[in-house]
Amino acid sequence: MDPKLDLLYRLADDQLILGHRNSEWNGLGPILEEDIAFSSMAQDKLGHSLQLYNLLHELGEAEPDTVAFTRNAPQFHSCQLVELPIGEYDFSLTRHFLFDHAELLRFEALATSSYEPLAQVARKLRGELKYHALHANTWMKRLGTATEEAIERMQGALNFTLPYALGIFETTEAEPEIISSGLFIGEAELKSRWLESITKVLAQTALELPDFALLTPVNGGRHGQHTEHLQPLLDEMAEVFRLDPTADW
Amino acid sequence: MHQAPSTKHQILDWLQAVKDPEIPTISLIDLGVVRGVEIDEATGAVSVHLTPTFAGCPAMDYMKRDVERTLLAHGVPAVHVEISLREAWTSDMISDAGREALRRHKLSPPPVLGNRVLDLDFLEYAECPNCHGNNTELRTPFGATLCRAVHYCHVCRQLFEQFKPV
Repeated sequence: MDPKLDLLYRLADDQLILGHRNSEWNGLGPILEEDIAFSSMAQDKLGHSLQLYNLLHELGEAEPDTVAFTRNAPQFHSCQLVELPIGEYDFSLTRHFLFDHAELLRFEALATSSYEPLAQVARKLRGELKYHALHANTWMKRLGTATEEAIERMQGALNFTLPYALGIFETTEAEPEIISSGLFIGEAELKSRWLESITKVLAQTALELPDFALLTPVNGGRHGQHTEHLQPLLDEMAEVFRLDPTADW
Repeated sequence: MHQAPSTKHQILDWLQAVKDPEIPTISLIDLGVVRGVEIDEATGAVSVHLTPTFAGCPAMDYMKRDVERTLLAHGVPAVHVEISLREAWTSDMISDAGREALRRHKLSPPPVLGNRVLDLDFLEYAECPNCHGNNTELRTPFGATLCRAVHYCHVCRQLFEQFKPV
């Protein structure tokens, strides 16, 4: 696949799927502010995915709605981390922390991409993503220094989520060209910046990062291999659209 | 109907009437959402360039229709509204009049960033729109709309909303 399309599909699909998952906290948040926070981040992420699908459309791909609502799981390039069900709040918060730190650093790097339309979008998105990182940090620090139960649950969530989070940085065949053409700094460099960034926050908590050498990244998502959780999500997300794809909203 | 093409000054004047659909005290011009106006001298058609405050802002279509409606009502023969991120919005684009308008709506205006980097500490600062003090605390960066954060004033002992710096 063309390096631009390859990169854009990965970015856009991550945002769309995690945006949808975040929206599932609407009405269920542990406190009202968290209900609103996850719903707001969902709205941001859907907006971000739309900007990226628009770039794909400009490059000759189908309309954003068609791309978002008519593909099946094997055609999605999102990492497996984003498709996992919301589970308990400890998991959703940990996923949000691990994903949004990577996302903020990714779009900060993309702000100087050689592909100017993407750099423009990135310069917009990075400011908004700071709020996502700020929100995640606040709650990681609060719960990661709270009661024994809170710390134990957050540590459990961290241990469970980290292998999936490493799947964010799975590369594709286009990686060498993505880097050499100046599109993006590449997943390995991003991962090292991410690790530094999350380590700084976790150092202010009682939580510990496990030895990464012992973790096996959950890869596959970037190549269309997904868990059993993605297809039901897509079916639900597209349920109304598929009733009448030509309807004018 | 206006026969001669309108002047840019006149278009901007008319657009002052188009307010943010959720903050009726501030115009899209003072909010910095209107990034440019071009007039086709031959046809009198007007192009307006808008940029969203937040990428996922659901009010953009409404703003676009409002701009079209307003200019057409003033007799502009054709209106083309383009929405893009070409000139990405930052909260520094809010004019001084816009900051006053936000205060009138009891929304704390975002601090001016200038050349400073928007770091996480900066997001936590807000001035209370009631007592104008800064002994305040960020309660949650997500409020009733994407562009608002919720803060608490230790002097007034009231929650208040801030238009987020970005």
